[in-house]
Amino acid sequence: MSTLEILKAREAEVVEEFEFFDEWMDRYEHLIAQGKTLPAASESIKTDDNLIRGCQSKVWITAEKREGLVYFTADSDAIITRGLVALLLRVCNGLAPEVLAQADFGFLQEIGLTEHLSPTRANGLQSMMKQIRLYGVAFQAVN
Amino acid sequence: MIDAAALRTEFPILHQQVHGKPLVYLDNAATTQKPRAVIAAVVDYYERINSNVHRGVHTLSQRATDAFEATRGKLQRLVNAAHEHEIIYTTGTTGSINLVAHGFRSLLGPGDEILVSQLEHHSNLVPWQMLAQHTGATLRYIPILPDGSLDLDEAQRLLNPRTKLLAFNHISNALGTVNPVKQLTEWGHAVGACVVVDGAQGLPHRPVDVQELGVDFYAGSAHKMYGPTGIGMLYGRTEWLEKLPPYQGGGEMISTVTMAQSTYAGLPFKFEAGTPNIEAVVGWGAALDWMNAIGMDALMAHEADLMAYGTERLRAIDGLVLFGTAPEKSAVLSFGFEDLHPYDLGTLLDQQGIAVRTGQHCAQPIMDYYRIPGTVRASFAAYSSREDVDRLGDGVERALRMLR
Ligand SMILES: Cc1ncc(COP(=O)(O)O)c(C=O)c1O
Repeated sequence: MSTLEILKAREAEVVEEFEFFDEWMDRYEHLIAQGKTLPAASESIKTDDNLIRGCQSKVWITAEKREGLVYFTADSDAIITRGLVALLLRVCNGLAPEVLAQADFGFLQEIGLTEHLSPTRANGLQSMMKQIRLYGVAFQAVN
Repeated sequence: MIDAAALRTEFPILHQQVHGKPLVYLDNAATTQKPRAVIAAVVDYYERINSNVHRGVHTLSQRATDAFEATRGKLQRLVNAAHEHEIIYTTGTTGSINLVAHGFRSLLGPGDEILVSQLEHHSNLVPWQMLAQHTGATLRYIPILPDGSLDLDEAQRLLNPRTKLLAFNHISNALGTVNPVKQLTEWGHAVGACVVVDGAQGLPHRPVDVQELGVDFYAGSAHKMYGPTGIGMLYGRTEWLEKLPPYQGGGEMISTVTMAQSTYAGLPFKFEAGTPNIEAVVGWGAALDWMNAIGMDALMAHEADLMAYGTERLRAIDGLVLFGTAPEKSAVLSFGFEDLHPYDLGTLLDQQGIAVRTGQHCAQPIMDYYRIPGTVRASFAAYSSREDVDRLGDGVERALRMLR
């Protein structure tokens, strides 16, 4: 499978998971569960450089490239935001930079997450997606 | 005693579902909802009266002017100002404080001091920072105590003959602390300072008598007292209003204009340049009548009941920390949990149809004091009820089960 296909497959899996829940409270519960499984990042990544602007809660994200693929480490001080971070990392980790650079994360729209979040959180989510794409672009350049 | 259920029928907006649940609106410190009487007054203004004020000799303009000035009279009586011209219309509390701060640019210099409290909304803080920056005056802060009240001993120590301005709020929007306005004002006057009070939360929740309190300026916003947005007032003692230069130049605020220079109109018009927010002033008049019909005593008794009931309900929740526990505090329950971000709680409350405010409440220095990213704040109005408190308590408990 190409890493683009992996991305699409992972996205479909997440959509299926969320569609299982009719109630939004249950979807939030699932999101929180995702947040709880995200391993706490070490304090050393929680720097101003890694901080994403535009969230009421704080989000830090950093990435490295190993054997041509990109791996993210990220964390947040709020659990629901951690859930969003966990979802993004679940679909994005270990993919090729050129795939990440083009990722549109349409699955979030499909779940209805983008429209169901408060405006500040939706903005924060947009910033996180943008940051992931930027890492993709940056790691393409250093090939 | 207020019958909240009966009052609610006058507020169309409260009768809706949010995320499939009946709305519980507990963000009244941010803005209150408007009763039908206020909405009707605004509609009536446009359907029957709309015209510019203080300009035409025609009948509509006269009617608009009468309605516009009638609210000024109501505000004068509300705060017991000595003169009607001591009530200036502004865009809100923020506009009022900026008017005063701007006026003081020509009255302060290096060596002068401005004393504000750590309990302030940014709108009673940033204008003073700007004034200090512009004039070279020094800004000092009255610190707060753990219960969210002001450190009055420290306030007395900080006041000195160089203190030219003393600014603080009547009631804190973030914690609900009610400050001793009269006492602070006496101390401020004893050193010759001008005393400016942010009454954004004071006007909706406590009786205000500016002559009895002795303050020099008192600011308020209509939208926090069942009136429209975008309109507010500044009470100013005549001596001070005469001393301050105009804030903005334009129509309405002049008596004569030649190519060389202008002479300014008298009070209050000197501070009211341009066409004002007439519809909002008219709506505010209706809101003041509405509040008057209920009466401040009844409003305060209702609020005290909700505060006692709400404090007990929230205290029963494991791990909940209340911020702001000063005696006789007003209408605000600000809380959090050591291990939880207020934003998560706020999101899950919203999903249950419960509107609260989360975050710093435009009062970052308070959050810095408690070393927290923010709080969840529930705040009450006349139509709030014990059922709202029950829904809040249950909602917080449900959120906790999900988050922990
Ligand atoms: C204590 C206090 N001061 C000032 C303000 C600012 O009021 P406005 O936004 O109406 O100018 C508010 C409202 O948020 C407030 O609660």
